[in-house]
Amino acid sequence: MDEILTILEQDARTSIESLSRMTGRTMDDVRQAVADYESSGIIKNYKTVIDWPKAGSTRVFAFIDVKVAPARDVGFDDVAERIYRFPEVHSVWLVSGDYDLRVVVEGDNVQQVGLFVAQKLSTIDRVQATSTHFLLKRYKEDRTGFVDEGEDPRLIVSP
Amino acid sequence: MPELSNLVESLAPSGIRRFFDIVASMKDVVSLGVGEPDFVTPWAFREAAIYSIERGQTQYTSNYGLLELRKLIGAHIDSLYGVSYDPESEILVTVGVSEGMDIAMRSILNPGDEVIVPEPCYVSYKPCVQLAGGKVIGIETRAETQFVPTMQQLTEAVTPRTKAILFGYPSNPTGGTLTLAQAQEMVNFAVEHDLYIISDEIYDRLTYEGKHVCIASLPGARERTILLNGFSKAYAMTGWRLGYACAPEGILSAMLKIHAYTIMCAPTAAQKAAIEALKSGEPAVKDMVGHYNRRRRLIVAGLNEIGLECHMPNGAFYAFPSIKSTGLTSEEFAERLLFEEQVAVIPGTAFGIGGEGHVRCSYATAIDKIEVALNRIGRFVRNNSLVSTTR
Repeated sequence: MDEILTILEQDARTSIESLSRMTGRTMDDVRQAVADYESSGIIKNYKTVIDWPKAGSTRVFAFIDVKVAPARDVGFDDVAERIYRFPEVHSVWLVSGDYDLRVVVEGDNVQQVGLFVAQKLSTIDRVQATSTHFLLKRYKEDRTGFVDEGEDPRLIVSP
Repeated sequence: MPELSNLVESLAPSGIRRFFDIVASMKDVVSLGVGEPDFVTPWAFREAAIYSIERGQTQYTSNYGLLELRKLIGAHIDSLYGVSYDPESEILVTVGVSEGMDIAMRSILNPGDEVIVPEPCYVSYKPCVQLAGGKVIGIETRAETQFVPTMQQLTEAVTPRTKAILFGYPSNPTGGTLTLAQAQEMVNFAVEHDLYIISDEIYDRLTYEGKHVCIASLPGARERTILLNGFSKAYAMTGWRLGYACAPEGILSAMLKIHAYTIMCAPTAAQKAAIEALKSGEPAVKDMVGHYNRRRRLIVAGLNEIGLECHMPNGAFYAFPSIKSTGLTSEEFAERLLFEEQVAVIPGTAFGIGGEGHVRCSYATAIDKIEVALNRIGRFVRNNSLVSTTR
């Protein structure tokens, strides 16, 4: 796998110049590769992982498991699409197990998310059941730990 | 009070120790002076040790170390390098390569025996020889030969008292590695003069281009080689103090005798962590090596742009740029860089002859810190008009 993708996944702000140095490839080569990844959709977007509660936000997140009756030809795709078009929805995955779709929903407060589930999600045709789990605390997300690991514990100089 | 050991008093104090005291008194230092990984030991290894402690596995192990671990070490070396050691009698688990080095020297040397040591080299090689009653015959290696001694240098260093040759590739501090041809030359040299080979291969997995050459795997080498390795670098396990020695039974049993009397056995919980490392650690090793490799290219390109000539090191996690173009000595460069820009590097002289004119820059540090350090080193060099570059 191209090292450029590995580096950008870890730090999307890495400059073309740094990418060039880190991979030993020319700046033009790297610039072209990144542009190709962007235009072909291999790089979807660049995002920032934010500790929202630390920033003072009181927004709530919930994981909602959705049981769906699949339909001929489309399976779960049409229902998933109906769900993911709502701007409140962060993520939608088809998963194995007791439920079919796992949905992440964001809202201003618990009530708003609850109403979204009751009024929008549960009422979609072929949605048979939902189970809502509110997020209480983040420990790790997208490989980023949310618990402060403290200073570098190494001796500052060693052989 | 009676006097202390003359031998100990004759040892030179560590050049790094002195530098450490200065650095420790300063604030906001970006350190390129650290000789250990910045990664924490992967969780699976830590968890295995914690579990063993919870289950009360807190007793001594065999002097050799846990047989399960020795079997894994044997299989690991065999699969990587095609050289096999009997886990029952040819593999000893040690307290880091440091202990392995010490007991290797004490096992083979008689008072006055000479040991050839290419320099610059890791700080403990020479003291280990001296503490075992041996005499160090240093060979100054240079950047032009990738810090590998030439056959002429080696031949000139041999005397009737020469007992062994001691080296470590990939090298701390130079990052130099041996090609297959160079390694075979060293082995041939040892065979020709009937010398032991002590090969410290702690950085074996941190080889970036081509494959690491395991000395013991070469024709003629195994019977006279003490292979030292461990878990500190590749598995980010420095503080666990766990290494191993592989050697033919005759040599290893001599080492075991000293080990049994002085150490008894390596720490049990650390051995449990090492077992997990060998069983499941390969993805973590590859991931860390990928990080080091990117940092290596970044720091070497940066140093060369600043005008500090730096060969591309092929192993370990050190760049060893020449600072000769600045007109400063290694110590002057390191001290002034520290006081003026708060960047810590280690003067090459801390690693013996051949180190003058160089500094060791560790890239076992996060990318953003390396970039800050490079900016500061560049400013230091420019502000003092130390080199003229065409940039």
